[in-house]
Amino acid sequence: MGAIYKRELKAYFTSSLGFVVLAIMFFFFGYIFSSIFSSDYNNISYCFVYVNIYAMMIIPIITMRLFSEERRQKTDQLLFTSPVKLWKIVGGKYLAAFTLYALCYSITLVFEIILMTVSTVNWMLYLSSLLGTFLMGGALLAIGLFISSCTESQIVSAIIGIITSLFIMMLDYFSALFNNDILTSVCNYLSFNTRFNTFASGVLDFSNAVFFLSFIALFLFLTVRSLERKRWS
Amino acid sequence: MIEVKNLTKRYGNNLAVKNASFTIQDGEIVGFLGPNGAGKSTIMNIMTGYLSLTSGSVAVSGYDILEYPEKAKKHIGYLPELPPLYTDMTVKEYLSFVYELKKAKFQKKPHLDEIERLVNIKNVENRLIKNLSKGYRQRVGIAQALIGNPDVLILDEPTVGLDPKQIIEIRTLIEKLGRHHTVIVSSHILSEIQAVCKRIIIINQGVIVADDTAENLQNNLSSDHAISVRIQGPEETALKVLRSIKEIESVQSMGIIESGSFDCVIQPKDNCDVRRAVFERMAERKWPVLNMTSNRLTLEQIFLRLTDASLTPANGGDTEAPEKAEELSETDKELARNAVFGKEEK
Repeated sequence: MGAIYKRELKAYFTSSLGFVVLAIMFFFFGYIFSSIFSSDYNNISYCFVYVNIYAMMIIPIITMRLFSEERRQKTDQLLFTSPVKLWKIVGGKYLAAFTLYALCYSITLVFEIILMTVSTVNWMLYLSSLLGTFLMGGALLAIGLFISSCTESQIVSAIIGIITSLFIMMLDYFSALFNNDILTSVCNYLSFNTRFNTFASGVLDFSNAVFFLSFIALFLFLTVRSLERKRWS
Repeated sequence: MIEVKNLTKRYGNNLAVKNASFTIQDGEIVGFLGPNGAGKSTIMNIMTGYLSLTSGSVAVSGYDILEYPEKAKKHIGYLPELPPLYTDMTVKEYLSFVYELKKAKFQKKPHLDEIERLVNIKNVENRLIKNLSKGYRQRVGIAQALIGNPDVLILDEPTVGLDPKQIIEIRTLIEKLGRHHTVIVSSHILSEIQAVCKRIIIINQGVIVADDTAENLQNNLSSDHAISVRIQGPEETALKVLRSIKEIESVQSMGIIESGSFDCVIQPKDNCDVRRAVFERMAERKWPVLNMTSNRLTLEQIFLRLTDASLTPANGGDTEAPEKAEELSETDKELARNAVFGKEEK
């Protein structure tokens, strides 16, 4: 698992994809932070709420090549014929993608320090927002990884990933649209944003954490199955 | 040791491998030979655990590939048809990655150094793989397979797309590797296999049609031990002299092909070697023998005979339409020959 993790993380930065993702995320953060800063807020969790919407579009870019590229270049033949369990390969790749994603949020620490110099900062609220971000992002990364394992093309993988993200984002909108009680509650239940917003408001709800963690587990499992299925077809 | 029993692989309705069985002992160098799409790569992919099988079993060093995949894979080094290289890495980084991936037990630096020296890539170890030529990439691919010093090396068309000099280098390398490993090499080019392998497994349309040493294949399949001779001398008397040799069963004149000489086909008794006797008799009378060739089938002809006809019911293969082989026109055969034996030296 360690070998794959190291390789994937390195590949992000040799292919410049990692730098591009970091640059875009830092730009969004900087833009939103500057507006928060100029309007006398000292609560950085607003920053997370806005940036996470952009992040949903960035995550499929992070995950698009993880398995697609292996299949296209036939390097999966090396991975799957080496004495490594399939879930370890999936795990290594997932953790590498997660690390890049987490790095994107490293800049918020700088913002907190800047805020600290001019105001008092609620560190617990910051950590709660960060936890919520990582859980939600983690779930989206797992979905992206699964999509990547289904196709040979990075582009297809990215497009399907973005459409999925859009769909997840619009669940809140859908819930208001339906007159049907059941559909509304299903949409509300599945809504990533509502669950994240509880974290961002400083409420640590165990059920929300479980919701995201089960999403991660489910899609990592589906990824393993999808790779397994390819061997049998 | 590798044991393959009744291996069958189906892609949907398409039967890619049918009931293949063979055993490969430690230290053997075995060649998989067959035209493109015969199922060589599929069998190799199944043996290495990349693909699953529909029925049958594969055991590597006693470990079933489905039941104990990690243990079985530890004994195999695999070079697929397209070397699985990460082109954005340097050779050194790549080998180091594979080393960690395979959790090799040897000390890292000396082990990788030894392999780099063996396949001769020491001088390019700091270059990006995407900038390497095909020959070097192939060698990095072989290096990758050697990491962890596996007992069995499976090389899928290791010389495809290389120039003649590189082909010879890889061939020598395979021979060298064969001293310490069990090696399985596949190719659709006969001379390739003949040069390095003692045992040949011929596969056609997913069926093993022959499995023997090159020599036995030639001996068993060419029942014909006749020789053709071209003699410069009077046809009638010379034929009479030839017929008087007691080891000769019959002599058939083929008429004049080169002026001043005649051709004939000599059928010896009980597969005796009559070449010396023929030469001496003719020499006594000062009738020079211009030409003497054995009519034994070459391996190439044997291969064509076996693969022309998937039909040959050898090893319980399909028995559909055995006449088909004879129906093939000469042009068809020529085409097949070019496709199979390629002009690889060009």
